[in-house]
Amino acid sequence: MTDSTESPDLQRRSGLRRLKEGTYGGFFAACAAITLLTTVAIFATLLSDAVVFFAEVPIIEFLTSTNWSPNPAGGGQSFGIVPLLIGTIVVTVTAAFIALPTGTLTAIYLSEYASPNARSILKPLLEILAGIPTVVYGYFALVYITPVLKATLFPEMSTFNALSASIMVGIMTIPMVSSISEDAMSAVPDELRQAGYGLGATKFEVSTGIVVPASISGIASSYILAVSRAIGETMIVVVAMGAQARMPAVGETLFGIPYFNPADVLLDSGMTITVAMVQIAGGDLTGGTIPYDSMFALGLALFVVTLVMNVFSDIIAERYREEY
Amino acid sequence: MSNTSSDTTEDESLITTEVETGSANWSPALGETAVAARDLNVFYGDEQAIDDVSIEIPEKRVTALIGPSGCGKSTFLRCINRMNDMIDVCRVEGDVEFGGKNVYDADVDPVALRRKIGMVFQKPNPFPKSIRDNVAYGLKIQGYDGDVDARVEESLKGAALWDEVKDQLDSSGLDLSGGQQQRLCIARAIAPDPEVILMDEPTSALDPVAASKIEDLIDDLAEEYTVIIVTHNMQQAARISDRTAVFLTGGQLVEYDDTAKIFEDPEEQRVEDYITGKFG
Repeated sequence: MTDSTESPDLQRRSGLRRLKEGTYGGFFAACAAITLLTTVAIFATLLSDAVVFFAEVPIIEFLTSTNWSPNPAGGGQSFGIVPLLIGTIVVTVTAAFIALPTGTLTAIYLSEYASPNARSILKPLLEILAGIPTVVYGYFALVYITPVLKATLFPEMSTFNALSASIMVGIMTIPMVSSISEDAMSAVPDELRQAGYGLGATKFEVSTGIVVPASISGIASSYILAVSRAIGETMIVVVAMGAQARMPAVGETLFGIPYFNPADVLLDSGMTITVAMVQIAGGDLTGGTIPYDSMFALGLALFVVTLVMNVFSDIIAERYREEY
Repeated sequence: MSNTSSDTTEDESLITTEVETGSANWSPALGETAVAARDLNVFYGDEQAIDDVSIEIPEKRVTALIGPSGCGKSTFLRCINRMNDMIDVCRVEGDVEFGGKNVYDADVDPVALRRKIGMVFQKPNPFPKSIRDNVAYGLKIQGYDGDVDARVEESLKGAALWDEVKDQLDSSGLDLSGGQQQRLCIARAIAPDPEVILMDEPTSALDPVAASKIEDLIDDLAEEYTVIIVTHNMQQAARISDRTAVFLTGGQLVEYDDTAKIFEDPEEQRVEDYITGKFG
């Protein structure tokens, strides 16, 4: 057959349409660039101001001194991060003891046990918990948790204390653990559960012996994220923990390893790295002073800790990835 | 009922007569009944999936359940070890007898039942664990107090996989090929020493070579276990089974007999139409 039909229109579009496509691409790239630039700028600022600080206060002193008093009335400043670090670690560890088990068990319930109805009610509720402003959590700790603990378990506890703040930080991070872990567990293919049930496993055996191990990398990621969040949490500790950079009594074990009694820290007021920064930022300090610059050194320390946690989380997720 | 196929002429002979039927042609007196269903009806919501099925499945034989998609053969298989319990809308009426007991009696624990009736699924589904842990899983949850390693070896040998994996028992079960994974799943199913093994289209996700290995294995398994296999591959049913049950649309068991009889001289015209490929 020779009669040729009209050739299909394959002509490359020119002009307006291509211009529009290019504009969209550029716009999206610009949005991505803003995020990247902001991150780089923050890091550069932290670093440059921290360098100024470390020129005045040696980094060794900053890391080892056990006294944090940036702005004492009678002079004699001291910039030791150790008491702040202890405050941060105690709050984070205590919060983790609350959030990780509760969050994981909640995730197992939601993913394996809950009926679709129960799940459709509980999941949004948990997400509401995640949406409460942290200052509200802080007042809740101060006004409800502390009086209850004081009246029951710890009469000697001070009004501003690390324990109430830690409990609240823990509760605040439960939804983060449960939500991410539940997503990981729900992603485990049903064939694996069927295989377990087919072998005569109970629901508990399937949940703990098959589903949890198969989703362990997602669960580990949720833990690291929650812990990072607890490290950086500010408002709850500002409100409920007070702002005294106390150094607990340090003893030495038989092998010369220093230790302190966590109860010492928990029942009294204390200060975390974040609170110390708030205190400096909220004070009437002018730029260019050493206390002002110390804020950036603290910020840098916090940044490094969370960065290490994130890298660590990636490594764990990679290491324990069980492909199914 | 429809006319029998006794008047089938030679040139209408069924395609399956060309298939080597192996042990299927050998049909001595059948032994004890391993599993029996009586007046079994299964519903998914309002839809009936199994329609009044009664059947007696002999022990230590391979019984094939064949039929077109949606005929209820998989549903029937999953009634035997009560895997349908996990589907909320599924309702079972009638009896399924195993070991002289109706498995749907109130005092039967489905967990205990499934420890006696192993299952192999359509898609190989090894756990993301080592080969050893995969096979030992059933032993572990059942609190087996014997020599687990010996049992793992025995089960892997029973599943014709030992020689291929004996040097890599600690590597992941997921590193194996599809056919090896399915044999691993068979090893996992036989490790707790069940009486019955249910297989739900165990070769449909495998290539022909891997599938033929599984078929050989099924033949061997029938020396020790009662094997009930769902397949939509009629040649496979003809090759490996001793008894064949034909389910047709609507969940009816249309014909159940020795495999040779079903494939060479079925009583029902509908069955003949189905196995000669006129529908389904």
